[in-house]
Amino acid sequence: MLYREAGDFKTTYAKDNQTFPIKFDRMGYYTALVVAFLVIPFVINDYWANAILLPFLIYAIAALGLNILVGYCGQVSLGTGGFMAVGAYACYKLMTSMPEVNIFFHIIISGGITAFVCVLFGLPSLRIKGFYLAVATLAAQFFLVWLFNRVPWFYNYSASGQINAPERTVFGIEITGPNTEAWATYLFCLVFLVASALIARNLTRGMAGRKWMAIRDMDIAAEIIGVNPLKAKMTAFAASGFFVGISGALFFSVYLGAVEVGEAFGINKSFLVLFMIIIGGLGSIFGSFAGAAFLVLLPVVLKIVGVDWLGWPTDMVAHLQLVIVGGLIILFLILEPHGLAQLWRVTKQKLRLWPFPH
Amino acid sequence: MTKPYRGREELPAKTSDKTKGGIYPMKKVLVTAVAGLMAAAPAMADLVFPSLSYRTGPYAAGGIPFADGYADYFTLLNERDGGIGGVPTKLLECETGYNTEKGVECYESTKGEGALVYQPLSTGITYQLIPKTTADGIPMHTMGYGRTSAANGKVFSHTFNYPGTYWNGASGAINYLLEENGGDLKGHKIALVYHNSAYGKEPIRTLEELQKKHGFELSLLPVDHPGQEQKSQWLQIRREKPDTVLMWGWGVMNQVAVQEAANIRFPMENFIGIWWSGAEHDVLSAGDKANGYKALTFHNVGRDFPVFDDIQKYVVDTGKAAGAGDQIGNVLYNRGMYAAMLAAEAAKIAQEIHGTKDITAAMMRDGMEALEITEEKMTALGMPNFGPAFSVSCENHGGTGLVGVTQWDASSKTWSLISDFKPTDMEVIGKLIAEDSGSYASENNIEERCN
Repeated sequence: MLYREAGDFKTTYAKDNQTFPIKFDRMGYYTALVVAFLVIPFVINDYWANAILLPFLIYAIAALGLNILVGYCGQVSLGTGGFMAVGAYACYKLMTSMPEVNIFFHIIISGGITAFVCVLFGLPSLRIKGFYLAVATLAAQFFLVWLFNRVPWFYNYSASGQINAPERTVFGIEITGPNTEAWATYLFCLVFLVASALIARNLTRGMAGRKWMAIRDMDIAAEIIGVNPLKAKMTAFAASGFFVGISGALFFSVYLGAVEVGEAFGINKSFLVLFMIIIGGLGSIFGSFAGAAFLVLLPVVLKIVGVDWLGWPTDMVAHLQLVIVGGLIILFLILEPHGLAQLWRVTKQKLRLWPFPH
Repeated sequence: MTKPYRGREELPAKTSDKTKGGIYPMKKVLVTAVAGLMAAAPAMADLVFPSLSYRTGPYAAGGIPFADGYADYFTLLNERDGGIGGVPTKLLECETGYNTEKGVECYESTKGEGALVYQPLSTGITYQLIPKTTADGIPMHTMGYGRTSAANGKVFSHTFNYPGTYWNGASGAINYLLEENGGDLKGHKIALVYHNSAYGKEPIRTLEELQKKHGFELSLLPVDHPGQEQKSQWLQIRREKPDTVLMWGWGVMNQVAVQEAANIRFPMENFIGIWWSGAEHDVLSAGDKANGYKALTFHNVGRDFPVFDDIQKYVVDTGKAAGAGDQIGNVLYNRGMYAAMLAAEAAKIAQEIHGTKDITAAMMRDGMEALEITEEKMTALGMPNFGPAFSVSCENHGGTGLVGVTQWDASSKTWSLISDFKPTDMEVIGKLIAEDSGSYASENNIEERCN
């Protein structure tokens, strides 16, 4: 009864085009925002921030970025880990060479630098498609990790090759470094996630997004109707790189604080983010959130249930987690290729008709 | 008490309750549940030792024996002595998979439970936790790994890496070579095969300094994680024919390196690994060809210590051994046990200093800073000559840095100590430590302590 378009009159074009056309959805969205901004910061503690919320927020940004490239534009990328590393190292170099500039701008500039690198590595996509492009981006992954390991300039010639985030503040509140408060880091990442999601949503439903989807669905047809494949693909790589770079910068500076490129931004990271958007739903903003939440929460929940409640050995739970994630990916690919987002869409469709399904 | 298996015991009780039915079994379940709760209640006052272990992933072969040794020693203390100073210990095991993100998750989830000291057994996680533990006031002990310059207690207040560091290891290896070559290494060619990570890169600075001092030739051969692919590195070794190969490897990388060395018929007695590259599982797969392979160490090897009789009696025979219980006496098991012993001794000292049995993390830190390990102490613990005698002070968190050498005998499948714990070149190392910790202090605005 509640979940209806009927009775919710839209008198302007802006209202007609809004993201949540149903009032119930809209209220849910505003409630989520209010809870996220005004409630959680007061109840959050270190464990919730560092084990669950920060990884979720940061991976959600990365998933948004990758979803633009893979889900909307159809260009398969296995280089997410490498591009996150670009964001992280760009942020590190900026933080150490220009300490007087606010960290907020460093992170945005890191996103810009990553966008540029991403476009460079996206150039082969003009000639190759599908699996071959996946291999080309895989090469980017290995090349970038190798580069950050090999060239000491990137890690300021430190003996260990690690990069460490120095202390930085926003409005006098510490955001990076060891003495941060849980709520501050959480809010900082939340602001970036909300802004990223808004930008991504508006990009994907506007002209740019329609071009990407045209390229994804059939590139030759798109070209015939006047979509410039060069522009469309490069903008997709740039937008994707921007978000992935921001997530990499946050991942290093706010979340981990110290990073070693091979370990933190290895091929596993690329696959993890790819799994997030596969499970969450390709070509869906909501799917990026759902996938990130799912894959961040699953190990934590499994650990709490398996180790803390049932008292199973820790290694068994860790192995079980691998089995479950693998099984889920296969199940999703077979049963619901559009992921959690599609389940959500189906639910909404059912809700609209409820309680009279015919 | 060490492992919370209560939940598991409850499960069969519940099923039997279902099959039998009736009120009486139900009551029994309730009674056992209440008993379980009562048993859990005093757990609040336990001395909590988190164990950030890794029993999965490419480094599990090294993580399992260490975690077993660490757990078994605390089980032994509980079973034999009723804990430390009468307070039972509690081990919180958390699986990290050698992954920094999981390490952070483990740290955050255990630090609220009264954790006394962290031992992450991973250089990556160590770098992560150095600022965090300092901010939270919890000490961290990175025994023979982690950031070497943390030995400077003036800068690193909550990080300890006694009894030896990587730089001691590097210098110990060179000293051993000096000894073998009559005190002269001019023109001696040394190749360093290392894990291409913060861990593997640690010794390079020291080796470069020592190169200037002793005039040997050093070539660097990085191996990328996880280290299965080393063909090109060993091809280079075959071509360049170095006199000695040093290795900073961990996990599967060690086995592969030993196998590759055997394949190119590199003389094993000229192949020396760091202490993380010298356990049974590293050499067993190469069979007889691994005979003569050497590794550095900062503690003794083998089962020939009275403490193992106690472990057999109180831990193994009572069915409380950690893991599969098949690692006892292995090199890394001994190391885990040694780490637990040092932690327990530090806790005892903390109890003495502060005159209370229920110590906090801050007290534990004081205990670690006042730690003194003597031969008499180790003998009393049933571990005579198990490690070097050393003491920790406010300035020096790295101990004395004595390094020994062990060698593998493939026919009897045992490691044996062939060179006793000997001093390393503290002149060179001290300077490097001061330099590196100084730059850390200035980057992070840390004021020097201990003045």
